[in-house]
Amino acid sequence: MSTKISFTFDKKKYFGIKGETLASALLRNGIFLVGRSFKYHRPRGIISAGSEEPNAIVQLESGNITEPNVRATEIEIYDGLSATSQNNWPSLNFDLGSINDLFSRFIPAGFYYKTFIWPPKFWEFYEYFIRRAAGLGKSPTTDDPDKYEHLHYHCDILIIGGGISGMYAAKLAAKSNLKTLLLEQNSELGGYDLSNTDSVRTRKLSEELEESNKFKNLKIVKNTSVFAYFHANYLLASQKINKKNLRQVIWKIRAKKVVLATGSIERFLTFHNNDKPGIMLANSARKYLNKYSNKISKEIVIFTNNDSAYKSAIDFHKKGVDVKCIIDLRKQSNGDLVKEAKDLGLKIFFGHVIINTEGKKRINKVIVSEVDEKIENLLGNPKKISCDLLCVSGGWTPTVHLFSQSRGKLIYRESDATFIPDKSFQKEVSIGACNGTFLLKEIFEETFNKMNKIFNEFGIKIEEKFEEITKITFQDKMQHAWIIPSNKNFKKTKMFIDFQNDVTAKDIKLALKEGYRSIEHIKRYTTTGMATDQGKISNVNALGIISNLSNTPIHELGTTTFRLPYTPVTFGAIAGRHIKEFFDVERTTPMHQWHIKNQAKFEDVGQWKRAWYYPKEGENMHQAVNREVKATRDGIGILDASTLGKIDIKGRDSSEFLNRVYTNAWSKLQIGKCRYGLMLGDDGMVIDDGVTSRIRENHYIMTTTTGGAASVMSKLEDWLQTEWPELKVRLTSVTEQFATISLNGPYAINLMKKLCPDQNFSRENFPHMSFKIIKISGIICRVMRISFTGEKCYEINIPSSYAQALWEKCFELGKEFNITPYGTEAMHVLRAEKGFIIVGQETDGSVTPIDLDMSWIVSKKKYDFIGKRALYRSDTIKKDRKQLVGLLTNNPKEILEEGSQIVENISNLPMEMVGHVTSSYYSPNLDRSIALALIKEGIEKKGKKIYIPMPNKTIEATISDPVFVDPLNERLNT
Amino acid sequence: MHKKPKRYSIFSLIRNALSYHENWQPAWRSPEPKKEYDAIIIGGGGHGLTTAYYLAKNYGLTNIAVLEKGWIGGGNTGRNTTIIRSNYLWDQSAGLYEHALKLWEGMSQELNYNVMFSQRGVMNVAHTLHDVRELKRRWHANRLNDIDCEWLDTNKVKEFCPIINTSQNIRYPVLGATLQRRAGTARHDAVAWGYARGADAMGVDIIQNCEVTSINVKNGQVSGVETTKGQINSKKIGVVTAGHSSVIADMVGIRLPLESRPLQALVSEPVKPIINTVVMSNTIHAYVSQSDKGELVIGAGTDGYISYSQRGGFNIVEDTIAAVVELFPLFSRMKMLRHWGGIVDICPDASPIVSKTHIKGLYFNCGWGTGGFKATPGSGWVFAHTIANDEPHKLNAPFTLNRFSSGELVDEHGAAAVAH
Repeated sequence: MSTKISFTFDKKKYFGIKGETLASALLRNGIFLVGRSFKYHRPRGIISAGSEEPNAIVQLESGNITEPNVRATEIEIYDGLSATSQNNWPSLNFDLGSINDLFSRFIPAGFYYKTFIWPPKFWEFYEYFIRRAAGLGKSPTTDDPDKYEHLHYHCDILIIGGGISGMYAAKLAAKSNLKTLLLEQNSELGGYDLSNTDSVRTRKLSEELEESNKFKNLKIVKNTSVFAYFHANYLLASQKINKKNLRQVIWKIRAKKVVLATGSIERFLTFHNNDKPGIMLANSARKYLNKYSNKISKEIVIFTNNDSAYKSAIDFHKKGVDVKCIIDLRKQSNGDLVKEAKDLGLKIFFGHVIINTEGKKRINKVIVSEVDEKIENLLGNPKKISCDLLCVSGGWTPTVHLFSQSRGKLIYRESDATFIPDKSFQKEVSIGACNGTFLLKEIFEETFNKMNKIFNEFGIKIEEKFEEITKITFQDKMQHAWIIPSNKNFKKTKMFIDFQNDVTAKDIKLALKEGYRSIEHIKRYTTTGMATDQGKISNVNALGIISNLSNTPIHELGTTTFRLPYTPVTFGAIAGRHIKEFFDVERTTPMHQWHIKNQAKFEDVGQWKRAWYYPKEGENMHQAVNREVKATRDGIGILDASTLGKIDIKGRDSSEFLNRVYTNAWSKLQIGKCRYGLMLGDDGMVIDDGVTSRIRENHYIMTTTTGGAASVMSKLEDWLQTEWPELKVRLTSVTEQFATISLNGPYAINLMKKLCPDQNFSRENFPHMSFKIIKISGIICRVMRISFTGEKCYEINIPSSYAQALWEKCFELGKEFNITPYGTEAMHVLRAEKGFIIVGQETDGSVTPIDLDMSWIVSKKKYDFIGKRALYRSDTIKKDRKQLVGLLTNNPKEILEEGSQIVENISNLPMEMVGHVTSSYYSPNLDRSIALALIKEGIEKKGKKIYIPMPNKTIEATISDPVFVDPLNERLNT
Repeated sequence: MHKKPKRYSIFSLIRNALSYHENWQPAWRSPEPKKEYDAIIIGGGGHGLTTAYYLAKNYGLTNIAVLEKGWIGGGNTGRNTTIIRSNYLWDQSAGLYEHALKLWEGMSQELNYNVMFSQRGVMNVAHTLHDVRELKRRWHANRLNDIDCEWLDTNKVKEFCPIINTSQNIRYPVLGATLQRRAGTARHDAVAWGYARGADAMGVDIIQNCEVTSINVKNGQVSGVETTKGQINSKKIGVVTAGHSSVIADMVGIRLPLESRPLQALVSEPVKPIINTVVMSNTIHAYVSQSDKGELVIGAGTDGYISYSQRGGFNIVEDTIAAVVELFPLFSRMKMLRHWGGIVDICPDASPIVSKTHIKGLYFNCGWGTGGFKATPGSGWVFAHTIANDEPHKLNAPFTLNRFSSGELVDEHGAAAVAH
């Protein structure tokens, strides 16, 4: 019993039968007109029954689950399905855009390159209308409620395609005990055979394969289309699940062997007016008839150049449809199917072609004429035959897309005008129709032999052959005719090749005439094969027509590149789970929850969330930052510095390694001391900085910038592994193993004493730039006395899991010193008051240490370090480079915009710029604004006035020293 | 001499339509190579064709051959995301790209070939405070260089491109953007075809399917090339072969400071107009626009390894699509229709080389990296000058090969809209 299912098309309600596709259901309801073409808005109907469909594409559903450009031939109907036709206005039946068809003569391929040129300003106007006319469906306008996943799969054998050859290969593989995956793009196994009335073989095979638990090593996944074939047998497939919490899954498959059993696609014939609704591929019509019991028509005409279409004639005839005649362009055929048709009394016109069709929104007549042997000239008088369905077969095209994507080479086979696989590039075999093997017996033999070869490589032998002896059906030769002659002058014909993009044979002729001769030029000029079907039906025909019109053998033309994806893939599926909260996973420090609890605002620094500032109730950012800065200079400021990169460096040559990667010398650094280092690129430009401490003779811990941690680590590894393999050094990133609590301010030492009462924090015992391993509350910590604020500072590195406890303890014990948490903004102000740089802010890949007035850190004695040679190039030693200086605005209340440009003279545009503001803040300690800048020859220009021209005003400022607070570092050492 | 081609216009279109388009001429001829030319351009991409065009137009050098191993415009000219802008940070780059942008603005009329230059604006989006600082720096520099550029705050970003996700609760919220209104997109193939037609009309021979196999040098001066179509002589050879520049340079023992990497792009299925501008994001690495045909055109990043294979790793595409869906969640149900890769040649400072070499008569134009399309007319203009005068034009003087020994780099890594 078939279940009725209701659906709507263009808001009208219809009924279909459970299990059939939307295309089948539409045909069942007599709907032949389903869409309008891209350019001429010609009425178009369903022409195929699969993923090759160019015409029947609809807007599925509406609202947040709408999807444009869905092939009606691929979706199974479900209760309440709602589809809308695309690219028409006001309606599918009455489409004003079809006026283009009347003017089609004036808008041939490439017309837009030749017009809309004047007046220049008008292109915007023309384009507005062109864009509205173009496009097919509509993009969703709201967020996608569905979810998508990625899945990794490894197997011995991947079989792509569940037709007869694929199923047989799977059965053999299943018996071999090799881990096998069979993927089928449709909802059931069977492939081409599903359109047969007697698909017993298929049913038997598929039932056997799908019998639960019979083959534990075989996995069969349906509704899954392999869309990409990369190097090393890495393939991607898209699976439709369509469940509420999971819409699609991308499979990422690595297979030791790939078996391509992707079948073939029927080809169209190129004749005048071959695009009317009711003109269909012969085997697709047969599929609707046999698989969905959908007769489609009352009077049918078949037009073919090969034997296969006779099956359609026979089947339609047997189901009681009036097969008016078979138009066969060949002079004769002795194939078994032809004989059967003759025996059934079907009328066959050999040596005839269809030269035209009639009917507006559905075909109602074909015009038939006799033709000469070469299919070039018409003979005799044309006759009209009425029909409501025209089934066309131009032969079969092996589906070699994936083979080509794998970089395999194709070869042209003259006998049936097909490109078939020749040389493999990867560990893959093609079997069945995709290999150009069409006869059942040959398919079985080929599959058996090729599979056994694969098994041999795994050291396995399978004896059992397919038992059933299949009758050999003799098929006579096809005869290809790329252009069917018409009684109309060729220049006046409309012979469509690419249906969706409205490319005709004469468009190709025009392209050739205009000198676009390479196949790629023709494709791009005419847009043939570039529609949503990517030319699955049309590409070989286009090649044939080019070959015909240019008198070039087809194999010399070559094919266009077969690009991924084989069928379109949903963006959401490609993104998988890597969106929203998983788009780029946040990195947080162990104290993150504390920051949240204390109302911190956060800043993104690389992947890290860093506390930016901690506003108290009623405070704005400015007030909060000022309070934090002041508290740090007056009491204790506490900063979560855990995000700084930490690299553990061990090994015999650690000192030498540091000598090479930093500009200064490291060999003589005492154990227990810290040193600041600048790292340069090989162009001599600063790329990172930080403090490195010597823990033992051959053990250092390096600190990097937050944003640079990963790139510095990989650069260091790169140098070690490729440039200096002789160095015995081992690097380990310990960024996340240690959290860093930075205590700054005049009372930091008091808190340290409370935290570790046994320790001696005297200047002599624990001076600035030294390092100690100290037990705090029983936990071994690494404490560095360094400073990024100009205040006395202790940076406690503690194993991450204890960090929050220590952080909280600091607050408990530091209360009496007004301990205040400060964020990155206050950190920036504090360091800018001291003129300390931030790599990536004061530097931009074009700044040397000398430009930063830091020549003291560049060793002159060292034999070499990364970037040394570059520092002596003519440009890097020239005098008028940009140098780091301070800036003081004439109006102390004026805070410059970071990134604003600096000029020495105000002039008309363009103005000569001498530098830019790198950092700019309000300094609560100075009660005025301060800024750092890179200015041409800035160091010599201290005291000079410069200008910052803003969009609405010009700001005056004076170049100053970049150290604004405590230039003699007295606060550090008292 | 051959006939001047007929001009394209609405009238010629109608006239030809009435004769059923039987009387169009080839856009360019397909001549066999002559024995000798005044100059040979190796590489029939956009930059090579514009070089030939401006050699003929600006310097009257019409005895020129463009040698293309495949089909013209088949390299990166036909493989990019067609973005055109001039909002570069450094004066040197801004000068060159702004000159190119001005040529774009009159290109369709100049060539009598509609290249569909669509000035729909390019928006560079900031997601972090660091982005804001860098983009504002570029905005101010553009302003003072008299290059149109605006700063948009988040609300204005939303106003200009309503479908962008400006929620402040996403991983990388939109904090603002620069907008160059004169920037936009063009039809990439048309640029190659239009310049080919224009150059051909002035007598330039465009020779396709002609691969250069070696370069002949006598006493430090080039004398010609060996090709699959035989020997062709010339005392001036301009090499414009993008990703394969190192291969040609190797023929004369020159090592170029270039890395060739795959760069990928893709389009969606065509839909009715949905996005009205070009949106680029450096931080999350996505750029999106919509073609006249209705396809979303999406650019991905370069692969992290060196390769001549015109296909990159799919992980890069995944990251880019995730970024696109993050910025435009409504695109989640759109589908990728076509994907492709090109080979881009990248200099250490992410700026091009348009330069003489130590071999007399041999010139290189390469290293355009991920941003060569927008420069197409400007690149040809200055390269033609360099070849004709044996001296660089003032706009390409900063882009010599010497800068890699002098250190006078034009580092656009951090400064480029999308640093690859």
